[in-house]
Amino acid sequence: MHRNPSRPLSPHLTVWRWGPHMLVSILHRVTGVGLATVGAAVLVWWLLAIAGGAESYEYFAGWSKHWLGIVVAVGLTWAFFQHLFSGLRHFVMDIGAGYELGANKFWAVMTLAASILLTAFFWFYVVTMR
Amino acid sequence: MSEIETPIARVRGHGSAREGAEHWWTERLTSLATLLLFIWLAVSLLTLPDLELRTVSAWLASPMGAVPMILLVISTFWHLKLGLQVVVEDYVHEEGGKLFWLVLINFGAVLGAAFALFAILRIAFAGGAAPGV
Repeated sequence: MHRNPSRPLSPHLTVWRWGPHMLVSILHRVTGVGLATVGAAVLVWWLLAIAGGAESYEYFAGWSKHWLGIVVAVGLTWAFFQHLFSGLRHFVMDIGAGYELGANKFWAVMTLAASILLTAFFWFYVVTMR
Repeated sequence: MSEIETPIARVRGHGSAREGAEHWWTERLTSLATLLLFIWLAVSLLTLPDLELRTVSAWLASPMGAVPMILLVISTFWHLKLGLQVVVEDYVHEEGGKLFWLVLINFGAVLGAAFALFAILRIAFAGGAAPGV
């Protein structure tokens, strides 16, 4: 039976397949929760470390050079950019634009590409320029 | 729309709480503010001569460091409170658990913001001369 693959699969809630728009939608929440918990904690810790003086700042700086700290930092950077670009996509959809199947899929994929690209670019800049 | 509701359903508080638009709008507003302030933070950190404590605390003690950072903390914690609240409301359907998480999110967001603001004010009012420098 011939089926146009760009058409929605079926109106049944249990019959569906993954599309980039679904991945971006759930990633928006996953990255949001990650930034709101881990990201916010690191932000508060960083400010308290500066306010606390030399010893607490050294402790923070030490973790920022540890491999675990770097993994968390890269993860937070990616989560930040993914949430940012997905959020901008939401702004466009808020005004009622970008719901056409092709455009919606294209910009969903673009948020994924942009977040990975900017994370790489950001860390390339940090590593080479500093 | 309201004719669909039975009087008893209305009394029991089913249906719209009439606060959705405010939540939705504030979430968008704080997202834009947070975005602009994080661009400021990234540019500031990348253009500082170094990330030594003396340099960072002097920058944070200046009005152009402290004030945007205070706004960043308020905007970020406000936005994350609104966002986490939506996630809990969507996925936690058991009333007791939902109440627990909503209280935790609201308390946690205010607590985190308070600690962050205290830190900024301490740096600012010490004039960037943090103890031990």
